[in-house]
Amino acid sequence: MKQCKRHLTALAVSAILLPASAVKAGEVEVLHWWTAGGEARAAAALKEMMEKQGHSWKDFAVAGGGGEAAMTVLKTRAVSGNPPAAAQIKGLDIREWAELGFLTNLDSVADSENWDRLIPPMISDVMKYEGEYVAVPVNVHRVNWLWVNPEVMEDAGVEIPATLEEFFEVADTLKAEGYIPLAHGGQPWQDATVFDAVALAELGPDDYRKAFVDHDMDVINSEKMETVFSQFARVMSYVDEDAAGRDWNTATGMVIRGEAAMQIMGDWAKGEFSAADLTPGEDYLCAPAPGTEGQFTFNVDSFAMFSLTEEDDIKAQKDLARTILEPEFQTLFNQNKGSIPVRTDMDMGDFDTCAQASMETFRSSAEDGGLVPSFSHGLATTSYIQGQIFDVVTNFVNDRNPDPAKTTDQLAAAIQSAL
Amino acid sequence: MEHIQRRPAGVARASSGLMDGLQRWLPKLVVAPTFVLVGIGIYGYMLWTGVLSFTSSSFLPSYDFIGLGQYAKLMESERWLVASKNLAIFGGLFIVSCLLIGVALAIFLDQRIRQEGAIRTIYLYPMALSMIVTGTVWRWILNPRLGLEKLMHDWGWTSFSFDWLVDSDLAIYTIVMAAVWQASGFVMALFLAGLRGVDSSIIRAARVDGASLPVIYCRIILPSLRPVFFSSVMVLAHIAIKSFDLVMAMTAGGPGYSTDLPAVFMYSHTFTRGQMGLGSASAMLMLGAILALLVPYLYSELREKRHD
Repeated sequence: MKQCKRHLTALAVSAILLPASAVKAGEVEVLHWWTAGGEARAAAALKEMMEKQGHSWKDFAVAGGGGEAAMTVLKTRAVSGNPPAAAQIKGLDIREWAELGFLTNLDSVADSENWDRLIPPMISDVMKYEGEYVAVPVNVHRVNWLWVNPEVMEDAGVEIPATLEEFFEVADTLKAEGYIPLAHGGQPWQDATVFDAVALAELGPDDYRKAFVDHDMDVINSEKMETVFSQFARVMSYVDEDAAGRDWNTATGMVIRGEAAMQIMGDWAKGEFSAADLTPGEDYLCAPAPGTEGQFTFNVDSFAMFSLTEEDDIKAQKDLARTILEPEFQTLFNQNKGSIPVRTDMDMGDFDTCAQASMETFRSSAEDGGLVPSFSHGLATTSYIQGQIFDVVTNFVNDRNPDPAKTTDQLAAAIQSAL
Repeated sequence: MEHIQRRPAGVARASSGLMDGLQRWLPKLVVAPTFVLVGIGIYGYMLWTGVLSFTSSSFLPSYDFIGLGQYAKLMESERWLVASKNLAIFGGLFIVSCLLIGVALAIFLDQRIRQEGAIRTIYLYPMALSMIVTGTVWRWILNPRLGLEKLMHDWGWTSFSFDWLVDSDLAIYTIVMAAVWQASGFVMALFLAGLRGVDSSIIRAARVDGASLPVIYCRIILPSLRPVFFSSVMVLAHIAIKSFDLVMAMTAGGPGYSTDLPAVFMYSHTFTRGQMGLGSASAMLMLGAILALLVPYLYSELREKRHD
């Protein structure tokens, strides 16, 4: 009797354990630095979607430093042979990780979900290594935006400038009226963001790509580039003198408060306007950066997928890749982050007017070649070359007697030394 | 009573061999973990950094040796030259100003003034703050739209202008200011301790010989404080060379990269730009700079000991 009871217990225990192990769900560990505000909400939504599919989500959030802290942790984990399933890695860094053999091939998901048809080739190129998908794009930010305070413009009696020449005229009028024409923060990446827009306006998309993606010395060390620098110096002359070290959102605050009229910044600036309870199209306006109408400088956040060993975890990882590109998550995430979906087939009805305009340009520029990767946000070139360009650009901005010809030589030398 | 005493004595005799052994080994055992940690954590990684500086390591370490290539690249880098020049300006001014202010404060405090304890604490207190806090506070004070300049404008002195922080030629001097504010109290404390240790009979003897107070300080007291002077320079030089947090908090190397110091350069190349080889090379040069200061100092210290 006693023995019989023990057998029964054993049977009961195994009955509980067996089915559980049979459907043992995979685990996805995701390294990201979406730890605040709308981004954190979006990450939580992704977690919920994964859990609904029966996978467990292990959060590996490392806050701070725009991801620098996270990268250091990731390197340590990857080198010790214990990488997370997915990590927020961007632009050309994806290629570097893939070159070292850390990333896994996502082509099976990409084929069944038809990624090649959904995502413009300019962007899927960044996600691929040797023709194979190794990363999933999450969102698209447009970098060449001009944010405008309409009240200030009205008060000065000027219209939104469409070209650089118009921008200079408008800015002169604004200056005479006592406004700061261009809000800006003197940090290297912000200097580069404005330079990015001016370079696109002056060079056009083809030469922009030649200079910052292919590093064609005929374009980099040319008179055109000298013009870019001299126009850039003119644009920067409309920034107030105390800009050094200012954070970008402080500069956006100057536009919100009406101290400054305009700011050239990516569409993450929208978050600042929303936080101040302003409506796009009414309280603030978004327009293409002067001279870049119909062109689109993209900055794409993405998740690179690492090679794993456990079968269940690999399945979970593939499900994660699929879920990220599904319309439900794309809508939810991008509404929270201020960016637009990567898929060009999405209904934009629920988005605000700036996002709708962004999507329209995104689609048209993907067709006509006006879509270019932003060098200032690491989509066009390696972090080393990007850093070298930053140094030259920021040095030029802070030079009291900027010399476009000399700086063009410096730019060519700096890029050459990093190739 | 006798019975009780005898037993422990017996036990002690039996285990005395063990105790002796333990006594011999215990100090070594206690110190061993520290030695291992220091050996690996400091000297081991120093060596590794040295090795990496001869490789083409990009964003992960690799062992593809390329000789002195990274050092050559470093010497050609405009930004490294700016960082080195800044270190010379910053280090020189920082050490000299801290010493001058510290010595002056110590001498003034040494005049048996009232409330010495309170004043000493006030001057020493900045040392209790981290460099990050110091940097942030000074960034706010020196920011033209936020701090001193705005205050003066609000008070009606509208022509007042102090915008060194946003001027790429002068920004490095604002970092000197903040660092001096932080560290000169510490130098004061060192010198004050030294001054208190000077034999008062020597001073009295000099007084009898008719020497004035400034002469006594310049000729007798300060020269006798040579070791304090040395230690202060050593400590200050270290602070200067490894300075990182202060710059990051105050200017983040800006405007542009005009306030870059070697440590900032090292960090941004190793960890942000994926240039571990180049970053390691710059770290090795910083180590070299510290050794250049440390070795002569150690040499003189050890030689003096031999004289004793």
